Amino acid sequence: MDTNLAYALLGAVLFALSFVAFFTLSHLLKRLMAFNIMGSGCFLILVGLPQSHHGVDPVPQALVLTGIVVAVSATALALILIRRFWIEGGGACLPEHQSSSEQES
Amino acid sequence: MSTDLLIPTVLVIPLSWGVISLLLRSRWNPSFALLGIVIQAVAVIALSAWIYREGSQSYGLAGWEIPLGIELVASGLSVTLLALTALIALICALYALFYLRSYPRQQSYFWPLFWFLLTALNGIWLAADLFNLYVGLELLTLAAVGLVALNADKSSLEAGLRYLYFALFGSLLYLLGVALLYGGYGTLALTLLPDLLAPDLLTLLALACITLGLLMKTAIFPFHFWLPPAHGGALAPVSALLSALVVKASFYIIAVIWLSSYDALAIELFWTPQALGFLGACAIAYGSWRAFHSQHIKMLVAWSTVAQLGYLMLFFPLAFGTAEHAASLAWQGTLLHLLAHGFAKAAMFLSVGTLVLAIGSTSIKDLAGISRQVPMSLFAFGLSAVSLMGLPPSGGFNAKWLMLQSALSSEQWWWVVVILAGGLATAAYIFRVFSVSFETHKDTDFKATHPMLDVTALLLASIAIALGFFSMVPLALMELVGFQWLGGEQ
Repeated sequence: MDTNLAYALLGAVLFALSFVAFFTLSHLLKRLMAFNIMGSGCFLILVGLPQSHHGVDPVPQALVLTGIVVAVSATALALILIRRFWIEGGGACLPEHQSSSEQES
Repeated sequence: MSTDLLIPTVLVIPLSWGVISLLLRSRWNPSFALLGIVIQAVAVIALSAWIYREGSQSYGLAGWEIPLGIELVASGLSVTLLALTALIALICALYALFYLRSYPRQQSYFWPLFWFLLTALNGIWLAADLFNLYVGLELLTLAAVGLVALNADKSSLEAGLRYLYFALFGSLLYLLGVALLYGGYGTLALTLLPDLLAPDLLTLLALACITLGLLMKTAIFPFHFWLPPAHGGALAPVSALLSALVVKASFYIIAVIWLSSYDALAIELFWTPQALGFLGACAIAYGSWRAFHSQHIKMLVAWSTVAQLGYLMLFFPLAFGTAEHAASLAWQGTLLHLLAHGFAKAAMFLSVGTLVLAIGSTSIKDLAGISRQVPMSLFAFGLSAVSLMGLPPSGGFNAKWLMLQSALSSEQWWWVVVILAGGLATAAYIFRVFSVSFETHKDTDFKATHPMLDVTALLLASIAIALGFFSMVPLALMELVGFQWLGGEQ
């Protein structure tokens, strides 16, 4: 098994782990981190899988760079919304998760 | 200026307007926006005329050609959608110019987000590869979430956050699918992929991820729950833009990807189109039921969007695995439904926004007496409802007629039942509004609203009706160059 395929598999594992976290956690910040890790898993697959099939390829690296920019902007927007939601008295979870978070703490 | 440059121009105008309106003082924004609206309209008309004369055109950004460069393709379909976007967005912007006078703080944020939304939509219609579509989708999500959260109170932030999380998750699923496809085939160009696709596990997994992710962003049942609070809670011009245009973009991407990949995977996918159609039927039933039981007028219209999006899903059982005649009728019907629903739903949200301004309440019970006090808004609401219900003559009627014909000619009578029952259900929740509006027993104070608010809503509603007479114009433009770049489909 070559390194590139290992990266892609690692990406798949990360994606699966954060997939579970995204839907089981309730705290908005934790879910945002899960989203970011899911994104990283995706990027690893995006770089690793094509290189394991077709050799070194600059295109996915450019794509991942764009993807990172998109993920950073999405994270920034989410952080601003979460902060404002907290200030307005909404707490750290969306209402549909509120009861489960009380059990957690 | 060479005509080639028209293609990037329709992207550059809204992008630069978005950036500049961030820097402008807020009192300059309305007049600056008006200027941009006019310029954008001229550019889109010029581009459409050029495509109509010369056929499908493409433009490689910065001179780089596929497979390395980013290519923009203006086909008959994409200019039709560009024109739809321009028309709806520009009329909504005119409405917003007057509507936002009551919301000075929101106004300064509305315009940059509005222009970014327009950039993203145009980018999606013109994109020719899967990754560009991803970037367009993400920019669209970010702008749309910003617009939903514009009020910055607890409920709008909650709706915005729920929408953002769900949409981001949907985009990542889409990106995962794209990564798998690139891993398997080494290209993302929509022109090249159809010929390469092999019916293996990787391709099926990729298609499943892409379809699932985009269904979430299109708010198709059972992934619809984020839509009503987001669309129902936003400011009127925002709701109109979101319901009329934003959810259509992700559906367009599913349709394009399925059209280009189905032929290669027909045997493996044999029951999936029917299942997707079933989701659509559930959306129609559940959306209509919730609309019928809504207490608030804006929520009623938002749930109606959930139901109407269900019709788009009937495209799959009608167009895939059926004879060419039925498939082409289904494609035309779906696109016409997309256009007609865009105009009608934008008109409906705008007229409802005016009603809410006039009566100062969103509750349906408080609508008593509006037929006398604000007849023009109610008239615009009624006109748009005609198209939504699918009564003749209207764009909605022609769309459903084409879908019915497609269902009959492919002998799928169960979809005929769904289409007809959906129209009846729409009538049921619309007439709830009318039955209240003619009551006169209550005396409520009605605030006067600016006449332009009614004019713009009426204009959109009349376009939805006029589509009933001139359906052939958009259909002919779309057929013109159609799907050369989608592997010869249709």
